This record gives sequence, C-alpha cells and structure tokens, in this order.
Amino acid sequence: MPGFPDIPGLPQLPLFPQQASTVAGQVDFIFAAEIALGLFFTTIVVILIIYFGIRYRRGARVDRSNPPDTNLKVELSWMLGLLVLGMGSFLGAASVYFNINTPPADALDIYVVGQQWMWKAQHPEGRREINELHVPVNVPVRLTMISQDVIHSFFIPAFRLKYDVIPGRYTNLWFEATRPGEYHLFCAEYCGTNHSRMIGKVVVMEQSDYQAWLSSGTAAEVPLSDAGEQLFSQLGCSGCHTGEPNATAPDLAGIFGQPRPLESGENVIADESYIRESILFPSEKIVAGYAPIMPTYEGRITEEQLLELVAYIQSLGAGAEGQQ
Amino acid sequence: MASITFDRFRENYLNAGYTARSWLLTLDHKRIAVLYMISITFFFFVGGFAAVLFRLELLTPQADLVSLDNYNRLFTVHGIIMIFFFLVPAIPSVLGNFLIPLMIGARDLAYPRLNLASWYLFMIGGFITFGAVVFGGVDTGWTFYTPYSSGYTNTAVVATIVGVFIAGISTILTGLNFIVTIHKLRAPGMTWSRLPLFVWSHYATSLIFILATPVLGVSLLLVVAERLLGIGIFDPSRGGDPVLFQHLFWFYSHPAVYIMVLPAMGVISELIAAFSRRRVFGYTFVALASLAIAFIGFLVWGHHMFVAGQSAFNAAIFSGLSFLVAIPSAVKVFNWTATLYKGSISLDTPMLYALGFIGLFVIGGLTGLFVASLALDVHVHDTYFVVAHFHYIMVGASVMAYLGGIHYWWPKISGRTYPEWWGRISAALIFAGFNLTFFPQFILGYQGMPRRYATYPEEFQVLNVMSTAGASIVSLGYLLPLIYLIWSLRTGERVGPNPWRVSGLEWTTSSPPPTENFSTIPVVTAEAYTDFPEDDEDE
Repeated sequence: MPGFPDIPGLPQLPLFPQQASTVAGQVDFIFAAEIALGLFFTTIVVILIIYFGIRYRRGARVDRSNPPDTNLKVELSWMLGLLVLGMGSFLGAASVYFNINTPPADALDIYVVGQQWMWKAQHPEGRREINELHVPVNVPVRLTMISQDVIHSFFIPAFRLKYDVIPGRYTNLWFEATRPGEYHLFCAEYCGTNHSRMIGKVVVMEQSDYQAWLSSGTAAEVPLSDAGEQLFSQLGCSGCHTGEPNATAPDLAGIFGQPRPLESGENVIADESYIRESILFPSEKIVAGYAPIMPTYEGRITEEQLLELVAYIQSLGAGAEGQQ
Repeated sequence: MASITFDRFRENYLNAGYTARSWLLTLDHKRIAVLYMISITFFFFVGGFAAVLFRLELLTPQADLVSLDNYNRLFTVHGIIMIFFFLVPAIPSVLGNFLIPLMIGARDLAYPRLNLASWYLFMIGGFITFGAVVFGGVDTGWTFYTPYSSGYTNTAVVATIVGVFIAGISTILTGLNFIVTIHKLRAPGMTWSRLPLFVWSHYATSLIFILATPVLGVSLLLVVAERLLGIGIFDPSRGGDPVLFQHLFWFYSHPAVYIMVLPAMGVISELIAAFSRRRVFGYTFVALASLAIAFIGFLVWGHHMFVAGQSAFNAAIFSGLSFLVAIPSAVKVFNWTATLYKGSISLDTPMLYALGFIGLFVIGGLTGLFVASLALDVHVHDTYFVVAHFHYIMVGASVMAYLGGIHYWWPKISGRTYPEWWGRISAALIFAGFNLTFFPQFILGYQGMPRRYATYPEEFQVLNVMSTAGASIVSLGYLLPLIYLIWSLRTGERVGPNPWRVSGLEWTTSSPPPTENFSTIPVVTAEAYTDFPEDDEDE
C-alpha cells in the first residue's frame, strides 16, 4: 500500500509527530482519510440540525403537515452507506496492521527487557543499552521483548508503533526506520510509580555509523551467543545436551527455526518462545523419543540469561557439529 | 398554560412523610430515585475534584503539585468513582427508577423492596470504596491490570474491589427489576410497540446489567484471590496469564460503556420528541437499534487489546465487529436529526443539552471508529487520543443527557420549574468548557503523549494548559445547576401535570406525582409521542 506522500512545501504539521518509519505515512494516511469521512458526516448532521432548527422553530409559519413517521428506503440506505464506508476503513487499516505484525524474515534482531522502570536493550553483537535503542536506518529491525515484572508497552510515536511488553512471554515489534535522528520512546502501559519516567529515545543512525557504534562497546559487552555458550555450560545444560547419539537430551545443533516433532504427535517450530518455555517449563513439550526428565530453571534464571541461551542456540546453525 | 387550580397541599410523594425513616425505609421508586440522585451527585463531585487536582498538576511538565504516587492515585480514583459510582447508576437509577413505572402506567417497579436494597448496596459499596480510595489510596487505574494489581502494588486494592463488587450487585438487581417491570407491569394498551424509547433503552441496558456484570464481579474476585491467597491466575511468576485478565475484564467493561450510553440515548429520544413536538422518526429502528447495540456490544471487547498479545487474526475480527456496532448508533443519530424535520422546535435548556449531545456523540462515536481501526489504534492506543474519545462519549454524551433529562423532568420530580436562563447559560458553559478540555487531547494523543503520565515532555505543555483551562470552565458549568436546582426547590414556580405540554404518560399525573403515581391506571390507545396537547399557536 503506498505511503502518504510528503507533499513538498507542506510542512510536517506540528499536529503530527515526524514520520520516521515505513508505516508512519500509511498510518497518517488512514488517519487523514478517516478525518475526512468523519468531517463529511459531522458536517451533514450539523448542517441539518441547524437548518431544521431554524426553519422549523416554534412559531415559524411553515408547512408541517404529514411529518414522515418512517422511511424504510432512507433507513436502509444510510445503514448500507455506513457499512460500505466502515468496511472500507476496516480493511485498509487491517491490511496495514497485518503488515505491522509480520516481521520480514531477514530482520535484524534486538532484544528488549522491560522492568519497573527502565528499558534494557540487548544487541546480539554485545552492546547493551538502558533507555536508549540504537538502530540503523533503512534496515528492518525486529524487537523481541519481555517484561521482568508487570505489563509495559514499547511506544515510539515517530514510528506510529507500539506493542505491549508482558511478563511470561515474548512479544514482537518490527519496524524499518526511514530517517536518522532521535525519537521519543515512552512506556505506554501504566506500570506504577515511575510509569511517566520510563522514557528514553530511539536513535536512528546511518548504517556505517551503526556498525561503528556496535563495535565500540566495552570489553564486558561480548556477543550474546558467546555469553550464552558460557551460561550453557555453567548451568549444566551441556551435561545432557551433549550432541552424542544416545544422549538423554536432544541435540540442539541446527534446531532453531525448524519444526520439532513432539511426543504428542504435533510439530512445533523451535523459535525463541519455544526455547524459553523449554527451559522454564520443560515438561510442556517433550520431543519425540525423549523422556520428561529435564529439570526446570524457573526462579533460577533471569530474562536476560534466557535471551543469552536463545541467542546461543540460534547460533548453532544447521549442520554445525554438536558441542562438547 | 391551561387553567388548572393547583392545590399546593395536595398529597404527593414528596410530602407523604417527612421523617428520615420515611425516606430511608421507603418502597416508593420515586423516593429511591431521589436518594440515588443525591448519592450520585456526591460521587460526581468527588470524582470531579480528583480530576481538578490532576489537571492542575498537568499544567506543568514536571510533577510539582502532587507526588507521582499521588498522581497515580488521583487518576485511579477519578476513573473508579466516575464509572462505577456515577455514570453506571446515574440515568438508570435516577431517571429510570423515577420514570419507568410512570411511563408504562404502573404504580411502582415489580420489586420495590429489591429496589431499596439496590440503593443500600450501592451506598455500602460506595462507602467502602470511598473509604479505601481516600484513606488508603489505590493506584492501579480503574482497569486493575494484572499482575500490577494482583502482585505489585501496595495500595488498598482489595477494599476498593469489595466496594465495586457490592455496587455491581446493586446494578444486577436494578436490571432484573427493570426487565420484570417492563414485561409484566405495562398498563392495558401499552404494547411493546407503544413503549417510549426511554423504556426500550433501559430494557436493553438491563440485559447488559444482568449478563455482563457477573463477569466483572468474578474477575475482580479472582484478582483478590491472587492478591490475598497467592493463587496463580494472572501473574506469570505464579503460573498465571496476565492477558487472561484483560479478556475477562473487558468482556464486562466494553458492554459497560453501553450501559453508560444506552440510557443516555433513551433520554435524548424523549427530549428530541418533546422539543420538536413530534414522534421520533423511525421509532422501530431506534427501538431495535438499542437491542442491536446491546447484543453486538458483547462481541467487541478485544478492541481494547489490539497490542496486548492476541493474534492479528483475532484482533481483526474484533475490529470488524466494532465497525458494525457503530451502525445502530449512527441510525439513532440520523433518526433524531430527521425528527427535527417538520417539527416545532423550541430551544429550551433540555433541548440545548440534547442537540449538544448529538454533536458531541457524533465526534465521540466517529473517533471510536478511529480507535477501532487496527493500524491507527497501534499508534493511539494508551495515548490521550483514547482519553479524549471516551470522554466525548461519557461526558459529552452521557453527562449532557443526564443533565438534559434532569432539567426536563425536574418539574415532574420536584413540582417546580428551574430558572430557564441559568439553565441555558450553564448548558452553553458546559458545552464550551467540555470541548476546550477534551479536543486538545485528541491532538496530544496523536502527537504521542501517553495516558496516565504525571510528567511529560515540554512540547506537550501548551495543549495541556488549554485542556486544564477548559476543565475550569466546565467545572463552573457543573456547579451552576447544583446551585440553581436546589434553589428552585424554594423559589421555582409550581407547575401542573404537563408544563412542557408534551406527550407521555408521566405527564398525565400531577407534578410531583402522588405516591401511587395514578389515581386510576390509564388505558393506552395512542402510539408513543402522538398525544401532544393541542395548542392554538402551531397547527
């Protein structure tokens, strides 16, 4: 769907935030179209009320004979008209919404953990940020988000995007920024005392600047998958997930993103939610041919550590040899 | 005015006993309505005062008037009190209680004792919640989202919920009472198709009362169970699902907004008919539209959760249905407008409120379509855009309808007229102040200012100042009727049965009515809105 064109000479009205993502223009277009429709109906109703109110005011000598009691054609036609215009708006907005909810397969992954009352962003290459999110321009970015406590919401007005960040499961938000700059980041789901201070900024950079920024982290900011590899052995995962043929736990090499056959007969895709669930609630989904003997790590692992393990398992690409 | 000898010492429901006992143990629906009127007025000003405080805070970007925690308590108090203790009961329990028996030709509701019990439950619930919010404070927002409410906040959540729960029982009993009354106590000749549209609206509202409220009650009890007993229902750290709460909560709370607007629409139908001196255009469509709104209103709750974690497909179904529910509302708006055609229109205070209602309801309803639009809502959800949208309906529409109805039926309720010019001035102040308060919030929301924020970036200040200025004007507008209506009880002109010279059974009995409503039960032969007294000035 084409975006709303930047009309030269027409300033970006102070009524709207800047348009800084690929969908911002589309959302503004839907907004403008619905304003136009709304104004159309409001004007008709207001004009009729004023006109009738004056023409038929009490005491005016005017023909009031046989006021119509009902008119089926008129009733049905305005119901039909509304239905058509309404469905048109619905479909237009729904199509952009489906786009908003479907990240491209090649999107850059960044992880976000929200907690009372700050945002923590984790780039897979290692850099970590608090209340800031650096991203490259013109590159699709997919945020995988989770809360450590209550419900928050990650809101970037300039992108026209938000999604709730909830405890207990990952949610996603994807965008492609179109304009370098700094943009407001707000928590948009009431979360307690400092809800209105849980704010920050999204910094959109030229791609080369972003690469430079990525590699200028501290020594402690190691790639997420490296941290995950360390954790994998520290927490004892490598004890069972050896990659040997007769191991008591399935080999994890190459499983990420692939369907897993379960004992129940179903197949599930081994995405980050599956990995997280398998670490915290291992009995939920048992891989076919294995026994439900994995201990749970619930209460013994943080959301950040879970993301490290997810990144590590993701890095064990298809065809990689089993780890020791 | 026709010559009616008025006997000021005639017995009516107001002078049939002056003791506190005769009021507090009354079984008369009219006295119960007055008891409700006094109580909800109190709660309105409590909830309004909370709003004044936080609007003052929002004059500046920093949190300099109240602490962050107190700010959060203020908006929570405002929402809880205004919704559960003002808007939900206002029109049904005041005007509905007073008028339904009169409009259908009955002597009282079907269950007078249950009616009194409803008021006591309302008062007990109100007392508990008022105590909780004033002496302990609650800061969850009126939406009580989990797990914040069930595991993280240290405020008086349980006490507040108990108060709301008890008040909810009160509404279920009122709904039951209305349904049975409308089915069984209609006077001879008062067929369903002759019922005033006010009665149709309250019938539809009562269906929502009895079907939706229990879901809220149980959902809130589950929050209490999680909070007090540690049972994991909504908190993931205890094995629960936070989004489940949202589904359960909104399953009631969306129909609840129709509880708040359907009675208002019923009032407007009466006002438009009365002050156009003709039958509402498309009576059958308007009556059926009330039922359609109630029914479809149960199917759209997920539109509060487009970014909460349900699938895009689910969200799309809720969005489509939300567009559908707008259609019966629009039908009503067009029919009210068409009623003005060939009417005889008089701009008395109630009519000013009714016409103001139509304008504000149109804006509120249309902006409802904006938030029902999926991609748009992703941007404006949880911003001031939504706050503006629902205030246009709940205040711009429902409160204006309540005030319009109070003014219209004031002569019937009190036996006195109110001062007409003060009425018009207040209506104009309220209309202007309201728009100044809330229209800037649409802009603020689209610009990205989130709701429930005590502090905000400087660029949002100008619009916040405008909004607070509007709030001061609208507050004055609300204070004036409080003063002059009470004043009119002593100084207003006494009136006969039908001071407005309009159609309707309630206008055939004296003002105020006798306790038994009618000396003899009327036999109805005319369709609704066709019994306007003949007048020499118009045809």
